Amino acid sequence: MTHRLKASQYAILIAVMLTASIGDTLLSRGMAQVGAVDLHHLGLLWQALFNPYVISGIVLLIGFFASYMTALSWADLTFVMPATAFGYVAIALLSRFWLHEHLSLSRWAGIGLIVCAVGFVAGGPSRTEHPELDRMDSGAGR
Amino acid sequence: MITPTTALRTWTAIGGVAALAILGEVLIAAAMRKLGDLDMIRERSGLPGAIQAVLASPLFLMGALCMALNFFAMLFTLSIADLSLAAPAIASLTYIGNAIAAKIFLHENVDRRRWLAVLFVCVGVVLISR
Repeated sequence: MTHRLKASQYAILIAVMLTASIGDTLLSRGMAQVGAVDLHHLGLLWQALFNPYVISGIVLLIGFFASYMTALSWADLTFVMPATAFGYVAIALLSRFWLHEHLSLSRWAGIGLIVCAVGFVAGGPSRTEHPELDRMDSGAGR
Repeated sequence: MITPTTALRTWTAIGGVAALAILGEVLIAAAMRKLGDLDMIRERSGLPGAIQAVLASPLFLMGALCMALNFFAMLFTLSIADLSLAAPAIASLTYIGNAIAAKIFLHENVDRRRWLAVLFVCVGVVLISR
């Protein structure tokens, strides 16, 4: 129940932040190339699986799921949650500095709020104490 | 045109998607907590061992099922509601619901700092997706 995270655990949290947002961006870019899928054109879904953007998006989302579950194995859900929200900040900053899109004042305010939220939670313990659960665990011989 | 019935339908769909997401995330979080540190499991029995340990957890399988249903419910919701309304509304509801569910079911110590973080994330997500 220590408050300190190992370097590898920080790497997992950064992976949680980046893989979801970049994966979603790649998927939406790939699906825009494939075109609208509806009930009469389900074959397009098969075609989408060969689009390089869709493939890399799926790979990143699998990576997200793996790192998210690893993080949950040693940290609280309410600790990891703000990290996933940080993905919105990553997308907004990517679109600003990579795609040179304009960010409105309200978007900058949103970025600031999410960064603050991550700061609040990161200052506290990653897993909170559970006296009852710990006793149950030791009772079960773990 | 927005009539009370379509508004009700939209918000029911949004609430349903958020509820499935919360149920899924809490089940998966409970599964991972029960399993213990995945990094250590991987050191002991390799990546296949870690994947096997995760897939053998009934809590994880139920959580994954909820996440899959959540995905299709999301597709349905996006077909009847605007993305600019549905995406931030679902994200905000999911964050608040997760914090409440984590406190009640996972017995996490959600202190003032974490409640404040949830509030900031909700407002931040709404602002950023405008």
